[in-house]
Amino acid sequence: MAAIIETRHLTHIYNAGMPDATTALEDVSFAVEEGDFVGIIGSTGSGKSTLITHFNGILKPTSGQVLLDGKDIWAKGQDIRKVRFAVGLVFQYPEYQLFEETIYKDIAFGPKNMGLSEEEIDRRVRRAAAFTGLPEEYLERSPFELSGGQKRRVAIAGVLAMEPRVLVLDEPAAGLDPEGRDMILSQVKRYHKETGTTVLLVSHSMEDIAKYADKVLVMDQKKIAMYARVDKVFARADELLALGLSVPQVTKIFLKLRQMGLDLPQDVYTVPWAVKTILEAKARKEAKGEETTC
Amino acid sequence: MNEMIAAKDVRFRYTPENPYAVDGASMTIRKGEFVAVLGANGCGKSTLAKHFNAILLPESGTVTVEGMDTRDESHLYDIRQTVGMVFQNPDNQIVATVVEEDVAFALENLGVPPAEIRARIDEAMQMSGIYKHREKAPHKLSGGQKQRVAIAGVIAMRPDCLVLDEATAMLDPRGREKVMETIHHLNKDFGITVVSITHYMEEAAQADRVLVMSEGHVVMEGTPKEVFSQTEKVRSLRLDVPQAAELRDELVKAGLNLPEGIITEDECAAALYELLK
Repeated sequence: MAAIIETRHLTHIYNAGMPDATTALEDVSFAVEEGDFVGIIGSTGSGKSTLITHFNGILKPTSGQVLLDGKDIWAKGQDIRKVRFAVGLVFQYPEYQLFEETIYKDIAFGPKNMGLSEEEIDRRVRRAAAFTGLPEEYLERSPFELSGGQKRRVAIAGVLAMEPRVLVLDEPAAGLDPEGRDMILSQVKRYHKETGTTVLLVSHSMEDIAKYADKVLVMDQKKIAMYARVDKVFARADELLALGLSVPQVTKIFLKLRQMGLDLPQDVYTVPWAVKTILEAKARKEAKGEETTC
Repeated sequence: MNEMIAAKDVRFRYTPENPYAVDGASMTIRKGEFVAVLGANGCGKSTLAKHFNAILLPESGTVTVEGMDTRDESHLYDIRQTVGMVFQNPDNQIVATVVEEDVAFALENLGVPPAEIRARIDEAMQMSGIYKHREKAPHKLSGGQKQRVAIAGVIAMRPDCLVLDEATAMLDPRGREKVMETIHHLNKDFGITVVSITHYMEEAAQADRVLVMSEGHVVMEGTPKEVFSQTEKVRSLRLDVPQAAELRDELVKAGLNLPEGIITEDECAAALYELLK
């Protein structure tokens, strides 16, 4: 499969050339394939947000390139507006960006700016609202009458309605309770599955990344520390912990059990898998016990 | 007197047309305690927290802070001095253009002498891990760093009681750990009472006592172990349970024999080791 988004030697320095110049990204090269669901993790200040704001041209690289479909988005003759329609960015706490009189108008704002027909806008608004679980009868209400979690769904619907090929979400579940978090993330997952949209999900929660993403990009101190499939990354739990990242509690339990000398796999990161692994280990032990008694 | 905060049958609604956000909540926070208040969104936990330093007043029932009734306006100043609040969104709490000025803001308003302000804010900034950013502009900090600035501002006031309303919701795991460490340090070494409103079960697991709210009142209470080992009930209240407790329950369902009350990874690893060694 071809890379939809790619960075080559991407470096970003805030206030370059000024006394307070700060390097936020240093020589970052990686590629996301079309249809991937990539989780992006890293502690505060690791460069995650700076990285994702390059994908639709909000930030311009200090050096290096950002490519969409293999083309440098800042090359001469490239229309940056087209890049912004192709890559939809949902910021942290997007509910603060709602401004329209009705939920319908707020979701329609992006598609309208794309110059689409009324019918197409209407189709997209209703589809996006349905995906985010907003009932039809809400559409004529003011977004400011909604709860925080519902407002956030309106904001996400506003980006989905642009039908971007790449959907980038920066901590979409921050501040929500477990139920709200699972609802939003499973809606994103369903959207990914049903539409084949490439998704990049920034999260501090390893549990969430383990549950929803296929690949993980780990950022550390302005650079890429790891980029691989979820199981491969979680197999390096001790390294993740050393980077100041948390790993799921079951992964820590398995890490401890291995340190205690038990022969167990390294890449356990969900509870059902942990249950299966323990039951198998127990069965193995019993089989062995019978052998020795015989 | 042993009570820091006492809420009795508190009822509150934002407008008469709205349902009660807090509906018959009673709880006592003892001096020196570290209490976590857990609950799903909309359970009334933040609304109740705003009663603890008289931002909101009960429609019926009473809230007292060190015996002072929050409805008695003559106590307002003392109550606000006693209970410091930290909120979820750092951007709504930062007022100054330089970090250390922001941390000093409340002390200046309280008329603390400049030399003492210097000492107290330096200490507060070190405790919150933002000392090296003290001369920066807050808008140049990350969300997590900004929240630690807000926490430093409250810590600098040395209140007797700290109420944190989902104050770590925006921090990364290391930042959250640091803030929790700071708060535990304040609790243990300075005897500051802590009420931490959260939906992070990991944070509640470190508290002395956990209160769980649902539909405006307290529905579970006990030590973290007592509360979190009831995995089904906690889940039915739309909250997470520790994966250690979940794993233990699933293995018991599958027919294995494991002790009750497992909530930490150490306890879980020890029990599994016994089983598999």
